[in-house]
Amino acid sequence: MAKKLMKGCEAIAEAAIQAGCRFFFGYPITPQNDIPEYMSARMPKVGGCFLQAESEVAAINMVYGAAAAGARVMTSSSSPGISLKQEGMSYIAGAELPCVVCNMVRGGPGLGSIQPSQGDYFQATRGGGHGDYHPIVLAPASVQEAVDLMQSAFDLADIYRTPVMLLADGIIGQMMEPVEFPENPVRRELPAKPWATTGWAPGSDRPRAVVNSLYIEVDELQEMNDRLQARYKEIKEKEVLVEKYNTDGAELIICAYGTVARICKSAIKLCAAQGVKVGLVRPITVWPFPEKELAEVMAQDSVKRELTVEISAGQMHEDVRLVINGAKPVDFYGRPGSYVPTAEEIFEYIMKTREA
Amino acid sequence: MAVVFRKTPVLTDTVMHYCPGCGHGIVHRLVAEVIEELNIQDRTIGFVPVGCAVFGYKYFNIDCVEAAHGRAPAAATGCKRVNPNNVVFTYQGDGDLASIGAAEIVHAAHRGEKITTIFINNAIYGMTGGQMAPTTLVGQKTTTSPYGRDADHCGKPLRVAEMIATIEGAAYVERVSVDSTPNIIKAKAAIKKAFQCQLDGKGFSLVEVLSSCPTNWGKSPAEAMDWIKSDMIPYYPLGVKKEV
Amino acid sequence: MVSKVTIDENRCKGCGLCVRACPKKIVAISKTKLNDKGYHPAEVIDMSQCIGCASCARTCPDVVITVEKE
Repeated sequence: MAKKLMKGCEAIAEAAIQAGCRFFFGYPITPQNDIPEYMSARMPKVGGCFLQAESEVAAINMVYGAAAAGARVMTSSSSPGISLKQEGMSYIAGAELPCVVCNMVRGGPGLGSIQPSQGDYFQATRGGGHGDYHPIVLAPASVQEAVDLMQSAFDLADIYRTPVMLLADGIIGQMMEPVEFPENPVRRELPAKPWATTGWAPGSDRPRAVVNSLYIEVDELQEMNDRLQARYKEIKEKEVLVEKYNTDGAELIICAYGTVARICKSAIKLCAAQGVKVGLVRPITVWPFPEKELAEVMAQDSVKRELTVEISAGQMHEDVRLVINGAKPVDFYGRPGSYVPTAEEIFEYIMKTREA
Repeated sequence: MAVVFRKTPVLTDTVMHYCPGCGHGIVHRLVAEVIEELNIQDRTIGFVPVGCAVFGYKYFNIDCVEAAHGRAPAAATGCKRVNPNNVVFTYQGDGDLASIGAAEIVHAAHRGEKITTIFINNAIYGMTGGQMAPTTLVGQKTTTSPYGRDADHCGKPLRVAEMIATIEGAAYVERVSVDSTPNIIKAKAAIKKAFQCQLDGKGFSLVEVLSSCPTNWGKSPAEAMDWIKSDMIPYYPLGVKKEV
Repeated sequence: MVSKVTIDENRCKGCGLCVRACPKKIVAISKTKLNDKGYHPAEVIDMSQCIGCASCARTCPDVVITVEKE
């Protein structure tokens, strides 16, 4: 298929539809409005349903009901709206339902800004709502990658019966880039959904379906949590996605995700022009975090130190520190809010700290 | 001998956890009997709330979803939109529907969502131990209004059926009571009409059921039923509030 | 007309709403029986008076009453 110039939000929405998503429940918030707008135009044409909910809270609970009924379903929002969805996401995780949630991250805390940010990393990767759970969190660095990840997002949700979050800084949603939609996307084998509430009577060919996250007995709740943790372990073993760029023989490893990682690549080129070898480890799944891959890169003799770059006060940096665990010096560059660093700034910081 | 009355198979054999004399069991039975009589057991999906009816999925012998507090109308919306041929109902108490879920119920009605809501008004939060609800009567003592509900301090009780009836998308709204056998028979007729309204695709339907909470009211089951008649019905008049 | 009321005593919580509902006043809470749950269950004290109206069954929150009529 020919490449098409598309705005990130619209490309993500189209990719979701091509991945088989037929139900979308959303609520307006900047900078993700192009997703519900696109869905409202496209869904009726593909036999799906777009519904504008009365709130983010209602939207995620509509997702809960639709997922319970067995549908491929999605919602999207931006940071303050995602906070409101956390209750529902916890229930979705607890009831072991599949869904996809897109967070077009903007600056916070509070109403914050409508500019891009990476301040929701903790909320996304730690679960965000109450209880011991993680969504799978995919962090694209380009519009094309966001498109490619949408198919996986829905498949992962179905395979592991878990919410999957597309964590995109606002830049991804608002910039236009050439994208190509795969004509024959790789489809993973998906499990059946005998648990879906589609209607039951005695004599039906499946047990009565109850979608629920209430386990009032301690042992039963333990069993559910053990099931979730076993699934998370399997996800950590099988589903890590990471890009390593220029890491062989590097003296410094940058850790960055999303569009910031692309800016870092430009900084790395500026460093290379000065004869300084810098590499990049870019987690594509920020949960599960590429622990093994980062540890391997850091273990090289050539690597003297690490630098995390984020549009935050250093959230992913905590995961990086857990992996490196004091073995080598780590550093952080970034600001909370919506300040997007330039390649030159990062380059200058690397050169300045190199001498120190 | 002909059977005049027997337990409907749309209720499971599980013993209900409700306190002795609680109205929930009566309303569960009415809903289940209506499902049986309309022959829709195999396509009805129940959305149960947070509150005393949180275990409703153990008792309704149909596919069920346990929703977050107040969110049942939103979750039911998702289900109904996916499978419009399903008959979808929510079963919610007054804390769930009239307080935390006020937005969700209003907008389900506003969209004319083709679902049915069974709303239990027993003027109190039961499951959490008898706190004040938006429906608690003025002067009524609860664990969070120990001196009696003070209208000046926290307003007068919310009349949900009348409020929902003002919404264009609501096709059928009625308030009933389970305080006596004749009223229970009328309540069942209303619930049946509400489900029929959904089957006919007319829009949103809601039946508010005045019910008893003997434990948290501090009354015997019989006294509690008497109190519905003496104190609740005068403030919450029974009858059809809207019918399209 | 012969009518028969069967109460599943082990599921009865002894709330007494059936006693309140019976127009013939022939249902009572047992003073002697104690069921598995520790409740005194309801019982029909004079079945010959029963008119099979099922008022008791319709008010029973635990759906433990079956009514038959000839």
